[in-house]
Amino acid sequence: MMKKILIANRGEIACRVMKTARKMGIKTVAVYSDADAQALHVQMADEAVHIGPPPANQSYIVIDKIMEAIKQTGAEGVHPGYGFLSENKLFARALDEAGVAFIGPPEGAIESMGDKITSKKIAQEAGVSTVPGYMGLIADAEEAVKISNEIGYPVMIKASAGGGGKGMRIAWNDAEAREGFQSSKNEAASSFGDDRIFIEKFVTQPRHIEIQVLADQHGNCVYLGERECSIQRRNQKVIEEAPSPFLDPETRAAMGAQSVALAQAVGYTSAGTVEFIVDGDRNFYFLEMNTRLQVEHPVTELITGIDLVEQMIRVAAGEPLGFTQDDINLNGWAMESRLYAEDPYRGFLPSIGRLTRYRPPEEMASADKVVRNDTGVYEGGEISMFYDPMIAKLCTWAPDRAGAIEGMRHALDGFELEGIGHNLPFLSAVMDHPRFTSGNITTAFIEEEFPGGFEGVTLPEADIKRIAAATAAMHRIAEIRRSRISGRMDNHTRVVGSDWVVEIAGKSLIVEVSADKSGATVGFGDGTVHRIDSGWTPGDVLAVVKVDGAEMKLKVAKQPSGFVIRYRGAEMPVKVYTPRQAELAKLMPEKVEADTSKMLLCPMPGLIVKIDVEEGDEVQDGQALCTVEAMKMENILRAERKGVVSKIKAAAGDSLAVDEIIMEFE
Amino acid sequence: MNDILQELEARRDTARLGGGQRRIDAQHAKGKLTARERIDLLLDEGSFEEFDMFVAHRCTDFGMEGDRPPGDGVVTGWGTINGRMVYVFSQDFTVFGGSLSETHAQKICKIMDMAMQNGAPVVGINDSGGARIQEGVASLAGYAEVFQRNIMASGVVPQISVIMGPCAGGAVYSPAMTDFIFMVKDSSYMFVTGPDVVKTVTNEVVTAEELGGASTHTKKSSVADGAFENDVEALGQVRRLVDFLPLNNREKPPVRPFFDDVARVENSLDTLIPANANAPYDMKELIIKLGDEGDFYEIQEDFAKNIITGFMRLEGSTVGVVANQPMVLAGCLDIDSSRKAARFVRFCDAFEIPILTLVDVPGFLPGTSQEYGGVIKHGAKLLFAYGEATVPKVTVITRKAYGGAYDVMASKHLRGDFNYAWPTAEIAVMGAKGATEILYRSELGDAEKIAQRTADYEERFANPFVAAEKGFIDEVIMPHSTRRRVCRAFASLRGKSLKNPWKKHDNIPL
Repeated sequence: MMKKILIANRGEIACRVMKTARKMGIKTVAVYSDADAQALHVQMADEAVHIGPPPANQSYIVIDKIMEAIKQTGAEGVHPGYGFLSENKLFARALDEAGVAFIGPPEGAIESMGDKITSKKIAQEAGVSTVPGYMGLIADAEEAVKISNEIGYPVMIKASAGGGGKGMRIAWNDAEAREGFQSSKNEAASSFGDDRIFIEKFVTQPRHIEIQVLADQHGNCVYLGERECSIQRRNQKVIEEAPSPFLDPETRAAMGAQSVALAQAVGYTSAGTVEFIVDGDRNFYFLEMNTRLQVEHPVTELITGIDLVEQMIRVAAGEPLGFTQDDINLNGWAMESRLYAEDPYRGFLPSIGRLTRYRPPEEMASADKVVRNDTGVYEGGEISMFYDPMIAKLCTWAPDRAGAIEGMRHALDGFELEGIGHNLPFLSAVMDHPRFTSGNITTAFIEEEFPGGFEGVTLPEADIKRIAAATAAMHRIAEIRRSRISGRMDNHTRVVGSDWVVEIAGKSLIVEVSADKSGATVGFGDGTVHRIDSGWTPGDVLAVVKVDGAEMKLKVAKQPSGFVIRYRGAEMPVKVYTPRQAELAKLMPEKVEADTSKMLLCPMPGLIVKIDVEEGDEVQDGQALCTVEAMKMENILRAERKGVVSKIKAAAGDSLAVDEIIMEFE
Repeated sequence: MNDILQELEARRDTARLGGGQRRIDAQHAKGKLTARERIDLLLDEGSFEEFDMFVAHRCTDFGMEGDRPPGDGVVTGWGTINGRMVYVFSQDFTVFGGSLSETHAQKICKIMDMAMQNGAPVVGINDSGGARIQEGVASLAGYAEVFQRNIMASGVVPQISVIMGPCAGGAVYSPAMTDFIFMVKDSSYMFVTGPDVVKTVTNEVVTAEELGGASTHTKKSSVADGAFENDVEALGQVRRLVDFLPLNNREKPPVRPFFDDVARVENSLDTLIPANANAPYDMKELIIKLGDEGDFYEIQEDFAKNIITGFMRLEGSTVGVVANQPMVLAGCLDIDSSRKAARFVRFCDAFEIPILTLVDVPGFLPGTSQEYGGVIKHGAKLLFAYGEATVPKVTVITRKAYGGAYDVMASKHLRGDFNYAWPTAEIAVMGAKGATEILYRSELGDAEKIAQRTADYEERFANPFVAAEKGFIDEVIMPHSTRRRVCRAFASLRGKSLKNPWKKHDNIPL
């Protein structure tokens, strides 16, 4: 076995690999750029080597720098993680030449699976099901109909040069194929000046399901079940699970067998993933093979009990697999949520900055529940603009899918994250979405269920009342503490009452709080009663409250007369008043939010690079107004409607915060 | 006998109705509460004891003798806030527009005199059209009587003004002399001369809101210390502020049970200071992480944001915080920030509130506007305030402490009790670049040499140890243990006794 390995990566995956290496008694070497000098993976490693400036193309993906670090530290093997150099055949070759083990597949497998066309050809030859289609030139509409019939409807007729939906038609029968071919061809000719057309099978209700394979250097290859990764936003996976709620044992076995066949056809060793697209009738078609450890590998580990990184290291060291296909059992259900530094309320714009608070839920493992959090950050750390915006991968396991989802809901509720925008509320929203819980998902889930973006969650009535009861009890505790201040008039101290009015979600709920040693009983005007047990004290920002025995984790922030509560993807101000306060608060005018529709606000913290318009200019819908640079990206802000610029409040070179006014319109 | 008792109730009912239901409804329609409703929200329920409910004016001109509503446009008395005594007056806009008459002023003066005698804060709720014109000079005399009491009470009992409607003309000068002024957004304004007079005299067209609304006074003029959304929120927040303040200058600040670990370690503070010395960071994060339960009551949040002032608690007991904010103007001192902080420091010193100073200051802001504006005298205010303060003073230098600004920010030399520095501190006469350009002027043409000189200077001086060697820094501390160290420092200073020499009063450069 190797004694020391280098991890040519950063962030959570570097930490993940080191954990296993440490468990196996292998020393670890981290590499880091300037931006990562204080990163967790550097702190975790036995040794760390600085490899250059922050941009990855000057550090993490420069083969020479990694090779130099290997030489310097005497590492015997290299784990590439995912991304960066993980699927770089030149890197694999360089290691090979240096006599250092690459903890991954052989160069040839990387090369043949790295090319879309070659990989599809090899897959076909290996008997793997691929999306049926005709890549050659199609002479006329009749030929198009003939080909469509061979493929089987529905088919997609696409312009070779196409993109963005232009020159694309879906046909469900001969007539549509005929007509679609003609219109696609015309559109392609006028849009791209290239009227070549091809036809392929249109996959309806597509799901993204992938098979994990593992092969050693002795010809043994197994598959470790599948992962369903259909919850994606713009091709970025957000939530993954294993197994898939959709596959039956037969389909799973067929997909597994084909995946193994493909791996063997290319002489694959180490862990790899064969991605399929699966339609509503469980027809599956090969997409591509990823010749590396996948981001979402933990869900497979959780249902198989196999440490994939350990297996990769053992395979790289020449050991044969210690198990056969028959030994592999899929046990229970695992979910993974990817926490991204992306603000869901602002169209998932990336958010960078300091994690002023980062307290993940406690990791735990018992017979019916597992919580696992793979992360590469810590409280006080920085999410930098240079790398992937992923903060952590939160995984839960339970004997069944419903249990894994419930576990995830609680884990997300208990995840404290402040300082940057993040997608926790969105993840919670998906976990509570009836279509998600039913398992009836496709890759279009997010697009279809959140068409206008994410605007927070509206909680069901029952939850609102539970939260009202909890906050009333909490407010009472806070008020009692206030009444215990020093300097009071003896015998004339304030008596905190038990009648309160909770203003929540547009409702005014009258409650009576009867407190006792362990908590309080909260009665509502309609006769319902909730029992609250909690160790909450003023200042706690995470309130763990038992409401009628069921645990709720509420994120609590202070605001005048109450709290701002975050729970299950909802964020709501809650005011708790005495009856008299409530009566007077009713007289307060409803303040309308300032009308920002006639302003251009800076959508992210950034630098104004240039302003394209002047005061008095008439602008058209979609016209560029100014350019903001953020995270090294130039973002062009455009007019949302026709208008006249009345005032420009920022100038090129200004650094603006979120929501600062750039210009106003008449 | 029963009739007599009923007579009292009837008279009380009349008095409580102020200017009558129609005017009360009009007040509500403007989004404002009545004088009595405001008192209900300010004080503990049922604790209000009223004075002078039946006082009526004595004016006989302009037909006033026929209209003598009981109370005369102001409700006065005392009650408790979380069991602690405060005196309160609340002007009643429904009675003669809350205008100030001789008797109205006398009512205010009575509770102010009692507050002084009995040592309790005064909260004034202002909602008044101004002087009672019908009374003429008697009304002006009334204002002056109140002014004189504001002056005498200053530094003896905390005085808090809440502007909840108009406050114009001479009336503004009573709140102006109190310790804190809070306003309600959209329904209050303060100015010496109103928009009409401004139009006549200077031809400027301006609305009352633009001229003297909450936004103007919290962001531009700094007259107000804070602004709130509505009456309910404003009075709730005044209650919260009173919880931080001692009742008078003979008492220690209040202590409240707290639910936080005195020795709480905050590892994230070890990475608060960015690697790049010119990169900003948010000083408020440090404040929030130091104080009990993350609770911080900021004063003048929207003005001179390059310095932060406000109250927190350590071990349940009030501490005033002054902190440079590197996010704004690099945290430098200038006219506005010096004035803001100086007034805050003097308030704390007057009322025995210990002061925590968090320093990251690159110096004073250069420029003609600063010099012409008198930054010399304004900067001296903060220096003066720190130097004269005898309360416990604990200072933590997180990063830069350059030049004269180092001296100003509660340095050891200004009788700082504990002066701590983080390892990231740079206590120097100026930044490395500026220093080498002066020290090695002859080498300025040689970029390489200068770069080397700068590096050498940084190596030698960009740290806390030169100052620590001289004893100007008592100890270099780990950022993560700052809360524990600061708590212990203040704990050790509870018995501090320091007196300035007797003088009639000092002559701070106003």
